[in-house]
Amino acid sequence: MVALRDRGARFAPTRVGSLAWRAIALIALSLGIMVLDSRHDGAGLLRRSLAQIVAPLHRIVEAPFALRDAISSSLMTRDALRLQVTTLEAKNRENALALQRLHAVELENERLQRLLDASPREAVRTLTARVLQVDLDSARQRVLVDRGSVDQVTSAQPVIDAYGVYGQTTRINASTTEVILLSDANHAIPVQIERNGLRTIAAGTGDPNRLALPYLPRNADVQVGDKLVTSGLGGTFPADIPVATVTEVRRDPSQPLVQVRAAPNAKLDRDREVMLVWYKPQVISTPAEATPHPAKGKSP
Amino acid sequence: MNDPYATHRLQAYISALVALLLSAIPLPHVLGLLRPDLLLLVVIWFALMSPRSTGPLYAFIWGLLLDAFSGVLLGQHALGFVAVSFFVHHFHLRMRMFPLPHQTFVVLMLLWLYQFLLFWIDGVSGHPLNEWYRLLAGVGGALCWPLLSGVFSSLVRRH
Repeated sequence: MVALRDRGARFAPTRVGSLAWRAIALIALSLGIMVLDSRHDGAGLLRRSLAQIVAPLHRIVEAPFALRDAISSSLMTRDALRLQVTTLEAKNRENALALQRLHAVELENERLQRLLDASPREAVRTLTARVLQVDLDSARQRVLVDRGSVDQVTSAQPVIDAYGVYGQTTRINASTTEVILLSDANHAIPVQIERNGLRTIAAGTGDPNRLALPYLPRNADVQVGDKLVTSGLGGTFPADIPVATVTEVRRDPSQPLVQVRAAPNAKLDRDREVMLVWYKPQVISTPAEATPHPAKGKSP
Repeated sequence: MNDPYATHRLQAYISALVALLLSAIPLPHVLGLLRPDLLLLVVIWFALMSPRSTGPLYAFIWGLLLDAFSGVLLGQHALGFVAVSFFVHHFHLRMRMFPLPHQTFVVLMLLWLYQFLLFWIDGVSGHPLNEWYRLLAGVGGALCWPLLSGVFSSLVRRH
């Protein structure tokens, strides 16, 4: 049981006094680091050097999953591949058709906007990123993606997948970026109901399949099945990207607010590939409209 | 000078590295909530069984690495680790004498102390996560303790 009993008769183990002092000094040091780190880039050098150390560790954790993916894709049969190609081709045809129509609408929109003398929409640039299979903290909804400052990723940048909003970037390392998911309990996103334009905020719950709309009054016009899209307020997300679908509306006569739950459109817990979006928010000129909802969820 | 604890120290660092890597293996959501703080269990075990080879500094270094690894506020796991390792160091002679269920109970209390410290720091730093399921990680850790303790005792003693 006692691992070191062969080390002679020195029974008294550690000097308690010095132990306490060392512990106190280290706790004080931790507190100091925390205070520095909670300010913007306060512990920048320490954080960057630690990030250099842990980045290869993240790759080690990811390696077996990457290997599994590589093996399963190289072991696919001819038939399965052919089936996949056929489905993708069909989908591509559909998408191309939709894109044609969208292009026409975009041109028309541009003409109308020029007529109205409105500021043109900013071009949106995107970059595909792979989600690393690394579990950062089970209680929080955060993931690592394999793009970093070398790819010009910046903080609080929107991340979307093929179905809707996925989250936003928080901490940028050299070759990886931490993304806080829509469903993180510390994340909130300004949305509007597509059907009637009602604006509100969708907050994460910590459950990847559920968002909450905590700020709607009891008489708000919201129904099960309503689609929520980004409102473009707050300046982090471009407008009109699908966010979630309302799954439950509970009106309790004794409560001033209606309890609304929504299911995110993005496949938050299954995605392997997401898209980083570079976009500059339009400047809204009238000050009455320019009061953005506070976007919570920005990590220090 | 020949350091009599060099082997143990090396084993302590390798075990901690493995525990750190294991802590990031993706698990299903429900199982993930029960995920034990393996790294902390390793720190506790070495503080308990080999207190001369590892000290609070060891706990601090691995806590800080865990902070960077899991992308949270730097220093919060470090503080929790140092606090827990201090208690274990201080009471290690007594804790070694406890029968296993008793020892497991003390470990559970230490894990909850650690969770409480994290909870408190999260609250102060503005990332509150006041969910009851935080306590589950401690339960998961306590369930792992007899196994981990047995495996480590047999591995580390023979060298």
